[in-house]
Amino acid sequence: MSELNTPGTAVPLEQSPIAPKPPGRIRQALDSDIVYSYTRSPVTIIASIIALLLILMAVFAPLIAPYNPFNPASLNLMDGFTPPNSTSFSGNYFALGTDHQGRDVLSTIMYGLRVSLFVGALATLFAMAIGISLGLAAGYNGGTLDAVIMRIADIQLSFPAILIALLIFGIARGLIPPSQQEGAAVWVLIVAIGLSNWAQFARTVRGATMVERQKDYVSAARIMGVHPIVILVRHVLPNVMGPVLVIATIGLALAIIEEATLSFLGVGVPPTQPSLGTLIRIGQQFLFSGEWWILLFPAITLILLALSVNLLGDWLRDALNPKLR
Amino acid sequence: MLAFILRRLAQSVIVMLVVALIAFMVFRYVGDPIASMVGVDTRLEDQEIMRDRLGLNDPFYVQFGRFIGNAVRGEFGISYRLQQPVSQLILERLPATIELAFASALIALVFGVGLGVFTALKRGSWLSGFIMSASLVGVSLPTFLIGIGLIYIFAVELQWLPSFGRGQTVDLGFWRTGLLTESGLRSLILPAITLSLFQLTLIMRLVRAEMLEVMRTEYIRFARARGLSQRAIHFGHALKNTLVPVITITGLQLGSVIAFAIVTETVFQWPGVGSLFINSVQVVDVPVMAAYLMFIALVFVVINLLVDILYYVVDPRLRVDAAGGAK
Amino acid sequence: MAEPVLSVKNLTVQFPTRRGVLTAVDDISFDIMAGEVLGVVGESGAGKSMTGAAVIGLIEPPGRISGGEIRLKGERIDNIAPDAMRAIRGRRIGMIFQDPLTSLNPLYRISQQIIETIRTHLHVGEAEARKRAIKLLDDVGIPDAARRIDDYPHQFSGGMRQRVVIALALCAEPDLVIADEPTTALDVSVQAQIIDVMKELCRERNAAIMLVTHDMGVIAETADRVAVMYAGRLAEIGPVRDVIKNAFHPYTQGLMGSIPSLTTDLDRLLQIPGSMPRLSAIPKGCPFNPRCPKVFDRCRIERPDADPVAPDRRVACWLYPEVTPA
Repeated sequence: MSELNTPGTAVPLEQSPIAPKPPGRIRQALDSDIVYSYTRSPVTIIASIIALLLILMAVFAPLIAPYNPFNPASLNLMDGFTPPNSTSFSGNYFALGTDHQGRDVLSTIMYGLRVSLFVGALATLFAMAIGISLGLAAGYNGGTLDAVIMRIADIQLSFPAILIALLIFGIARGLIPPSQQEGAAVWVLIVAIGLSNWAQFARTVRGATMVERQKDYVSAARIMGVHPIVILVRHVLPNVMGPVLVIATIGLALAIIEEATLSFLGVGVPPTQPSLGTLIRIGQQFLFSGEWWILLFPAITLILLALSVNLLGDWLRDALNPKLR
Repeated sequence: MLAFILRRLAQSVIVMLVVALIAFMVFRYVGDPIASMVGVDTRLEDQEIMRDRLGLNDPFYVQFGRFIGNAVRGEFGISYRLQQPVSQLILERLPATIELAFASALIALVFGVGLGVFTALKRGSWLSGFIMSASLVGVSLPTFLIGIGLIYIFAVELQWLPSFGRGQTVDLGFWRTGLLTESGLRSLILPAITLSLFQLTLIMRLVRAEMLEVMRTEYIRFARARGLSQRAIHFGHALKNTLVPVITITGLQLGSVIAFAIVTETVFQWPGVGSLFINSVQVVDVPVMAAYLMFIALVFVVINLLVDILYYVVDPRLRVDAAGGAK
Repeated sequence: MAEPVLSVKNLTVQFPTRRGVLTAVDDISFDIMAGEVLGVVGESGAGKSMTGAAVIGLIEPPGRISGGEIRLKGERIDNIAPDAMRAIRGRRIGMIFQDPLTSLNPLYRISQQIIETIRTHLHVGEAEARKRAIKLLDDVGIPDAARRIDDYPHQFSGGMRQRVVIALALCAEPDLVIADEPTTALDVSVQAQIIDVMKELCRERNAAIMLVTHDMGVIAETADRVAVMYAGRLAEIGPVRDVIKNAFHPYTQGLMGSIPSLTTDLDRLLQIPGSMPRLSAIPKGCPFNPRCPKVFDRCRIERPDADPVAPDRRVACWLYPEVTPA
């Protein structure tokens, strides 16, 4: 029950408080309820601060990282396996220690975050672009196109995204000549992760589009000869932005985990451009020999990133759509 | 019932054909089969003869038909990497993956349903609040990190359990099992837990949501109005109704478990089909990739079919409708 | 005078919400005698179903009984332990819900649901319970009961399912049956049959009925007395004949106008403009005052209680002076 009625303007009780949202509702919500629920949720506030800090670290990595771990000139193998918070053989201080090649773990994490976030964000945008377009097309046209698109989405949703991404990755690897593989790896990864996550967007957008399409203003616009694309972009899209935002946020967390998993499996980004997953893959080799920091710090960073983005997505879902709670 | 199963079977065959088409296109057009088989110094004319002999110049549909024919007989060619028949490679590794998948599905099902019911019934308590928060952390954790974490705690620090491999196995002729030896069972624990956690949280959240939904229905209210005991209402009426949708999702999850095993098998160096697949992707071993794709699709299709039949058994409404019985 | 089966005094039910406490049932009192049918009538949201739920102890949290008392044959039942209340539900108070399509568990056979209920309340064996169940189904008019008892709910029509629900409500021979809109979801053609079956079986067992409905026609046909509710309060209560012939409360007069009959002339078919206020916005004074054709100043300030104004009749309206029974 969100609104109270003033005396006199009696409204029948049966009228649902969750009436269909008029356009522009999201903007209204941003003004009031969202901010309200944000300030009421300490977990969300902490999650958003952590996410923001990690993003800033990634963006400004070249400026704030203590070392450039990918400049061979600055590497000193003698610095290898320096424990955290200590000074190495060559007199350099490493807050989080170094790996086997003497690279500063803190700096590799900052650069790794950069790769992880870059791939995750672009893959999510890619999935969003495909999902929204196909969802709008399916929902607006209906018929065979709708059936085909949604059937594909259904089948794809029943398989784990990681499997689809692996397959796409494998196929791409077979099609791209070996000499170009290293340079293309990041883009292949983005496409593979994006293609494995579009279906959720398509499903949601299609549902909302079908609802909107029934409404009078859409019929009116259609009769007046407004181009379908204009109708979709002007009228339908704003109405689905709420759910899309929620899926995109949770999808970003999934994409980051997916990228990390692929890189951990050794089929992700090339070793010259390590992401958090690659760092964990490297660190795992030293688990038994006692150099725990090479694994632990990248792992914590990845968990913090995935968890904080996930928490934000969860909160966003509750705040935008109390019905789901 | 028979008509229902036949209809589902027909749908399954169509899905398999579509997947086969994808697998065939991967098989045929990713990389050059000839180049993968012969050395660089083979003369072009010889390559052309080989191409002809292998039927690579035949029309598309002939090649696809041949591919299907071979697939039905379980023939997917020779692995580029291991130079062994693909079907043999997969069959050798299948028991490892299936044992792992079933162990973790069992864990996920038992604990998922149990915790789901608990958190739904004790909605206000701190323990269910804690379990729900933990499950959110659980889905945010990548599977491989959970595996590494468990290895670190139970294998490196405590040294209670082995960190890799299957331990000792017993060959039953057609099946190499790790379930009959102590070391085999001990080796199974960590990978099975790792693989189960994601599905466990999923099932738990699903059971909880469904249970809360069912608890709001009129027939539960009516059951309470009839004075039935809490136990009869929760476990007799609510749980049974909850399980109908849960069966579907859980069944489908079992398929995902086998696919998800790719990651777990890599972390624990488990000699199953998942690690075979990942190694094939790394070196673009196309016959293995195509065969694995067909294998996973088959698993999904079979599970789907079983779930449909089970659904049919549990819900009397479907049974009568499909049999064309009374209204 | 005999002791009433059900006696409700000053019952108040409230729901705490984020923006204040809503009062769904506000200070209502009534009695039901053995074998009597009390009709409770009002628009959706008037609090009539909530009153029924309060009596049988099934108010969904966070709602709660915040005042007054409910007595079943003299014993208080509104403040007893959940287990004691569970033993009363189904045993001494039966309930019939609105929608027979949703009030039976679709996954259990009818036999399982009836036998389960009988055996919860009565110490009888499986075979005896089954015999009783068949007898009950026979009583509620299900043809070939011995065979159909093992069917699933979806194999019955709506009317037949509601008969099963009645059988379930009556299977432990309760003193009181609460019927919450028992015919609303049914086809018009079977409504009368269902009401007849229910009334007949209750008369045989000398059970009282609290019949909650929004349909004045059903009340006129079925009830001995009628209680009219508006915005959580009791507007008027009295014998059905008297209330229909000579309604006191302006709201009841409006409601009466909504039953078309051959003898009423068109002038009497009056409409009440406006609609019932939301619980969150009940006006000061008499809750009906914004819609009342006879409103005067006092109605906007002071709230009238349902006081006796004639023999066996109470009305909450300032138009009628309270009559202290001699």
